[in-house]
Amino acid sequence: MMDKIVLAGFGGQGVMFMGKIFAVSGMVSDLEVCWIPSYGPEMRGGTANCFVLLSDEEIHSPVIDKADGGIVLNQPSYDKFLDRIKTGGVLVVNTSIVELNETRDDITIIKVQAIEAANELGNPTIANMVCLGALLPHLKLTDYNKVEKAIQEVVGAKRPELLEINLAAIKKGIEITN
Amino acid sequence: MSKRVLMKGNEVIGQAAIEAGCKLFFGYPITPSTEIIEYLSKYLPKAGGTVLQAEDEIGAINMCYGAACTGTRVMTASSSPGMSLKQEGISYCAAAELPVVLVNVNRTGPGLGGLGPAQSDYFQSTKGGGHGDYRLIVLAPSKSQELYDMTLEAFDLAEKYRNPVLLLTDGFLGQMMEPVELKEKPASPEVDKSWIVDGAKGRKKRIIASYSLTNEIGEANNLRWEAKYKDIKEKEQRWEEFYAEDADYLIVSYGTTGRISKSVVLNARKKGIKLGLIRPISLWPFPEKAFIPYKDKVKGIVTVELNTGQMIEDVKLAVECKVPVHLYRRQGGMLPTEDEILANVEKVFNLASEEV
Repeated sequence: MMDKIVLAGFGGQGVMFMGKIFAVSGMVSDLEVCWIPSYGPEMRGGTANCFVLLSDEEIHSPVIDKADGGIVLNQPSYDKFLDRIKTGGVLVVNTSIVELNETRDDITIIKVQAIEAANELGNPTIANMVCLGALLPHLKLTDYNKVEKAIQEVVGAKRPELLEINLAAIKKGIEITN
Repeated sequence: MSKRVLMKGNEVIGQAAIEAGCKLFFGYPITPSTEIIEYLSKYLPKAGGTVLQAEDEIGAINMCYGAACTGTRVMTASSSPGMSLKQEGISYCAAAELPVVLVNVNRTGPGLGGLGPAQSDYFQSTKGGGHGDYRLIVLAPSKSQELYDMTLEAFDLAEKYRNPVLLLTDGFLGQMMEPVELKEKPASPEVDKSWIVDGAKGRKKRIIASYSLTNEIGEANNLRWEAKYKDIKEKEQRWEEFYAEDADYLIVSYGTTGRISKSVVLNARKKGIKLGLIRPISLWPFPEKAFIPYKDKVKGIVTVELNTGQMIEDVKLAVECKVPVHLYRRQGGMLPTEDEILANVEKVFNLASEEV
């Protein structure tokens, strides 16, 4: 069993961080994990993206052609990755700033007003975590408990004051998707 | 005690070098290898070592030459254009028989190229990239755990044969994070160090140099190196076989494409196609022995490479052209998907009709 996830947005929107949380959620539950960042010109401005694979057996090919699930935080990412979700897959879209000019009816598109939701929680920088929460129930190998452990490991050590708000944002995302 | 951690491939190389007892690192940063010097700058001093960013790659490799003369474990790392700059120094290290560990995080070429993963430096790595007739021991990892294990081993191999060892990886493996078990290094075997220069007080002086104006001495040196390369070729061929034993067709591929090819094999088997994989782990010496049981048996081979077809030449030699050998390649930083490789295998061998 495997979850192939694609994450994309502007540099600074927390794309790599979302990827890291998914990856660490796999680590804490003894799954096999690959976290693959974009490291080329994207890092030097423009769209950042990151692929994560979670698997309960050895991962041979780490190359994701079509993903099971995705999160796109800005317009260029939506335009680029809409076609990279496999039939039956799920794409979470940050509709605060993304317009669904094109769409697909063979995948589930979850629209999240992520910036508004983050503002309601009092911190606009956690829009990414709201989106992460929205994708979470659609993944096979990770869940809220595993992600909570991952957040504790990654955020808890360095910025414990941000722990609660991250978890609140994820819960909000789960509510939105349900 | 070992622990399972999530680390970037380049950082794994850095951590393994520290565990291997590397005390000196000389380098010049270049994407996608930079995390190696970055990681070591942070952690090697804490382990009693020194990292020095040289003025350029040429300076770095020659500092490695000097450090290795003293018997100190030393490493440098770079990426393709930087490796080209180091070639003269690597040739000198080979001639002086110095145990330097080299890392090339292969990016695309020629020229300045791009940052994506490539295997375009196969010829440069395996055929002696600099002048003169020398060989490096070249190891090709395909996942984070192998980056760790092979970096550890590279230092021992370099000392055992008094020869530079190259770890040939790529930008994809370097940037990806995977779980890796940071095992403690077992004790290194005892090696003869009676050649090192560490101060001649009370003993006869030793000279480490590669210059010889007497042709007779020159030939004696070449014969000695040749014998060493033959010995390495006999003893150090490494490869992994994956569903090869009963295979009608074989993929031969190393590194990143080697692991992608495992998925291809599994998908082919589900379709009833008897496909197997030989994944070279030592690129020099090339694992010719791996092909002995298969060269009179399999119907065809496809090499999967990230270049215009370089390793394919060694595969053809290994099977003595008894088997048709085809190439499937991507270039310029692109990676093939498992589906496109299988589609190509089916196409070149007309296998679509054999599907069950």
